[in-house]
Amino acid sequence: MKRFGDFTAVGGIDVEVQRGEAFGFLGPNGAGKSSTMRMIACVSPRTGGELRVLGMDPDLHGPQIRARIGVVPQGDILDTELTVRQNLQVYGRYFGFSRSYVQAKATELLEFAQLTEKADVNVESLSGGMKRRLTIARSLVNDPELLLLDEPTTGLDPQARHLLWERLFRLKQRGATQIITTHYMDEAQQLCDRLVVMDNGTIVAGGTPTELISRYATREVLELRFPQAQPGEPALVHAGSSAGPSAVAGPQTSDNPPLERLTDLADRIEVLPDRLLLYTADGEAALTAAHNRGVRPMTSLVRRSTLEDVFLRLTGRSLVD
Amino acid sequence: MPDSTTNAPATNSAAGTAHSAPARGDTPRVVSPPRAYLLVVEGHWTWYKRNWKATLVSSVGMPILYLLAMGLGFGSQVHASAATGGVSYLVYLAPALLATSALQGAAGEATFPVLSGFKWQKNFIGIAATPITPAQIVGGQLLWMAFRLLFSGAIFLAVAAAIGAVTGFGVVLSLLFGVLSGLAFGAPVVAFSASVQGEGNAFNPLFRFVVVPMSLFAGTFFPVSQLPAIVRPIAWITPVWHGTELARGAAFGTLQFWPTLGHLAYLLAWIAIGTGLCRRQFRVRLAS
Repeated sequence: MKRFGDFTAVGGIDVEVQRGEAFGFLGPNGAGKSSTMRMIACVSPRTGGELRVLGMDPDLHGPQIRARIGVVPQGDILDTELTVRQNLQVYGRYFGFSRSYVQAKATELLEFAQLTEKADVNVESLSGGMKRRLTIARSLVNDPELLLLDEPTTGLDPQARHLLWERLFRLKQRGATQIITTHYMDEAQQLCDRLVVMDNGTIVAGGTPTELISRYATREVLELRFPQAQPGEPALVHAGSSAGPSAVAGPQTSDNPPLERLTDLADRIEVLPDRLLLYTADGEAALTAAHNRGVRPMTSLVRRSTLEDVFLRLTGRSLVD
Repeated sequence: MPDSTTNAPATNSAAGTAHSAPARGDTPRVVSPPRAYLLVVEGHWTWYKRNWKATLVSSVGMPILYLLAMGLGFGSQVHASAATGGVSYLVYLAPALLATSALQGAAGEATFPVLSGFKWQKNFIGIAATPITPAQIVGGQLLWMAFRLLFSGAIFLAVAAAIGAVTGFGVVLSLLFGVLSGLAFGAPVVAFSASVQGEGNAFNPLFRFVVVPMSLFAGTFFPVSQLPAIVRPIAWITPVWHGTELARGAAFGTLQFWPTLGHLAYLLAWIAIGTGLCRRQFRVRLAS
């Protein structure tokens, strides 16, 4: 349905998104997500490879494609000196809609975005979450068959995020195809049917969130946090090993006693600056065993593994440093 | 291939609405270029309706101050003579000020607002995500500039008429020539502004070394023939000189066929070249 592959700007990716699907590009800043999105949005021409959006070539049918897609850019692009309602109406007109249609459509979208009460205030005075909802509402003015969401909830507080997720889920239920970029694992898990993990402009893994977790992580994770060796120094597990934030698994040197005592308790262990992540099917059992061996972490946490863990495994880096 | 299913013409999509009855105007479509220009103008107009009062001071206030200070004040010391075409200095000055204020208005419209469309307000980036193309954004932007110049010029004319600076209906044509000379300068400046990357500091030398000298020396306040012969050609290449020649000719009924045609062709050439540069610059910047 929408196919794109092999861009010089974006290393090389080959993906096909089905109608009605919510598809995610997951990766850190600079991974090539936004460049990819701009090519799909038919604003930035690709330098190589093949790309079809809604069955058409963006180089030949850019305006026709753009008439049928919705774009939520990374930063809110709104006319801040117009009212909320005017933003929707002016934008709708660019799609060739009549004045009466955009008026009715604006009312409907204001409702959807829970902005009805703000309809006649200047955009300038809206909160970040409201602006984001307005940006999303504006992208829906043409009832897009395909919605491109570039980091839809970056910078929002948790409450605003959840409201947005709920709205996006509703859109998906109505049948709109969504392509989403994010560097938030929980967001990918919430919104995406299928996703690819990007790093340095290439795809390092792909599948459903559950598939990726089962392939690249274990069911549970035991997080052990240790006091830092010296105050102010952003490091290390307990006894002052020099291991950096890079992924370390398996046996360790003897100057890192807690780690050494834990290696056989987990399938894999990640060493982060301030904590250890033990990947295991049963986190509680591992925690009990660790206690029995005299390991005394400052805090401990058993949780289900997430896409964050997948990313860590695949790239050796944490997403949010 | 699922492709085949999506090649069907755009039906009102699955994210359905209450407006299920298909009617003209409720299906997204690609509009014709002239209509696209007008839609971009409509976007500006929506803003202008709310903010026009605030813009009046700069777009009309300054030219009127010039008219009062130079036309009435300084002009009281100037005798009507052959150099002023036999009319009072105030009357001599008014039509030319139409061209000069269009120049200054165009310079204002073509600089920071254009950079902002890419950089701060980002309205061009917003529009580029719709079926409107970069070239159509340019068309709308320049058309909007023409409307602004026309509007400001009309108010200026009304004030000028009220203080007795206007002697006939020919100045209506002067107004149109003024707008044309404003566009002839504005269009290339829009292209320049679209290429500016920084915070707009590049505009300062443009105003200081281009706009201000043009306003003062290119035939508005005194005939270019009074300039030293060596710098006269510099005045001749400025669009505003052609604008003042046309505006005075129209106001005093002294237009002659061939010079008029020459001035017009020169201004239209600037507009055409400027528009071409704008299209290229907008396309490049919006794709980057």
